[in-house]
Amino acid sequence: MTAVDAIDLRKEFEAVDVASVLAQLDRELIGLTPVKTRIREIASLLLVERIRQKMALATTFPTLHMSFTGNPGTGKTTVALRMAGILHRLGFVRRGHVVSVTRDDLVGQYIGHTAPKTKEILKKAMGGVLFIDEAYYLYRPENERDYGQEAIEILLQVMESQREDLVVILAGYGERMETFFQSNPGFRSRIAHHVDFPDYSDVELLAIAELMLAEQNYRFSPGAREAFIRYIAARKVQPLFSNARSIRNALDRVRLRQANRIVSDLDRILTSDDVMSIEAEDVLASRVFAAAAVASKG
Amino acid sequence: MRITQGCFSFLPDLTDDQISAQIQYCLEKGWAVNIEFTDDPHPRNTYWEMWGLPMFDLRDAAGIMKELAECRRVYGDRYIRISGFDSSHGWESVRISFIVNRPKQEPGFRLERQEDAGRNVRYSTHAYAATRPEGERYGD
Repeated sequence: MTAVDAIDLRKEFEAVDVASVLAQLDRELIGLTPVKTRIREIASLLLVERIRQKMALATTFPTLHMSFTGNPGTGKTTVALRMAGILHRLGFVRRGHVVSVTRDDLVGQYIGHTAPKTKEILKKAMGGVLFIDEAYYLYRPENERDYGQEAIEILLQVMESQREDLVVILAGYGERMETFFQSNPGFRSRIAHHVDFPDYSDVELLAIAELMLAEQNYRFSPGAREAFIRYIAARKVQPLFSNARSIRNALDRVRLRQANRIVSDLDRILTSDDVMSIEAEDVLASRVFAAAAVASKG
Repeated sequence: MRITQGCFSFLPDLTDDQISAQIQYCLEKGWAVNIEFTDDPHPRNTYWEMWGLPMFDLRDAAGIMKELAECRRVYGDRYIRISGFDSSHGWESVRISFIVNRPKQEPGFRLERQEDAGRNVRYSTHAYAATRPEGERYGD
C-alpha cells in the first residue's frame, strides 16, 4: 500500500460513519455516561489508528480485546453488540458479528473434549467478536484438574497470535472479574480496554422503563408512572436486583396484569388507548410493595 | 507430472489469499466447507479422507485457513483439496472442489496396455507413487 501524506479527517470520519453508531448508542442506551465516554475514546483511537495505517505509520495491529465489568443488567451485552458494529465500520473486524458464549460452550466434560470445543467456537467467531459472558467461571481454582484452564490457554494463544482475526470481549461482575484477572495475569496483559459499567440511578431506570414500553407501544398513565417510581425505589433495596433486566421483567408482569384487567370486563368497547395505557393498579398489585410494607413494619 | 483436478485446474496453484477468497465465497453461499487429503492421486479415487468435520455456519474464512494450515503441517506431503457442499434442496451435492496442496515430487502415471482377445487393447493408468504403501508414497 502506498503511504498517504494528508487525510481529510472529516471525510474519513464521515466515510466510516461511526457517528451514526455512536448516536444510536446515545439514543438507545440511557445513562451509562462513563461507558459512552470510553467507547467514544476507543472509537477515536481506532479512527486515528486507521488513518495511521493509511499513512503507513502504524507498524502493528492494535490490541482490541476488552473487558466489560459491571453488575447484572447494566447493558454489557448490548454494548458489546454495538462495539462489534463500531469495529466493523472502522475495518478492525471483517464481518462484525458477535458470538456470545459462556463457560459451557468452551469447556468440555471429559479429557480431550475441551480443545476441539473451544477451537470450534473460535472458528465461528473469526472475523467478528467473541463475547464471553461471566468469564470468571472459566477458571475454577478449587479444582486443579478443571478443564477450564485448557480453554483459557487456547484463548490466550489465539488472542495473541490472531489479533487481526477476532476481538475477545470478557464480561462479568466487577469483583469476581478482578480475582479472575489476578489469577490469570495473561488475560490482563492481553486486554487493552477495561470498561466499567455503573449501576443505574432511579431516574435512569424510569427512563429505561418508559423507553421499553414505548418500543412495545405501551405507556404509563400519570398514576402508573408515580407508582412505578415507588416500585423502583422498593425493588432496588430487595435482593437479586439486576438493573434494567429487573425492570424488563417487572414490565412483563405489569403487561400481564393489564391484560388480565382488560379481559375481566368483557362487555365494553375497547379503544386503542385502553390497550396501550398501563394504570396505577397494574403496577401496585406487585408483590414488591407487599414485601416493602413488611420490611418497613418489621 | 503435475496432477490437476476440480475447479481452477487450468490455473497455476492458488495462493493462500486466493484460497481464502474462494472459501469466503463458499461461506457466503452457505455451503459447508470440507478439507480432504489423500496420497492416492488416481483421478478415479473419489474417496479422500476428511480433515475434521465439515465446517458450516462460520462467517469468516480465517478459521478454515487455520485448519488448512494445521492439515498442511501434518499432511503437507499429500494432496489436499477443499470442497464446498451445498445442502440446499435440489442441489445436495458438492458445488466446488479445488486442490490446495500437492507433494513436492509428483512421479506421475504409468500407462499399462493389456493385450485382449482379437487384438483389442485395454488401457489402465497406474500411479508410480501408489506402488509404495499408504503414508510412505511421497517424501523420503
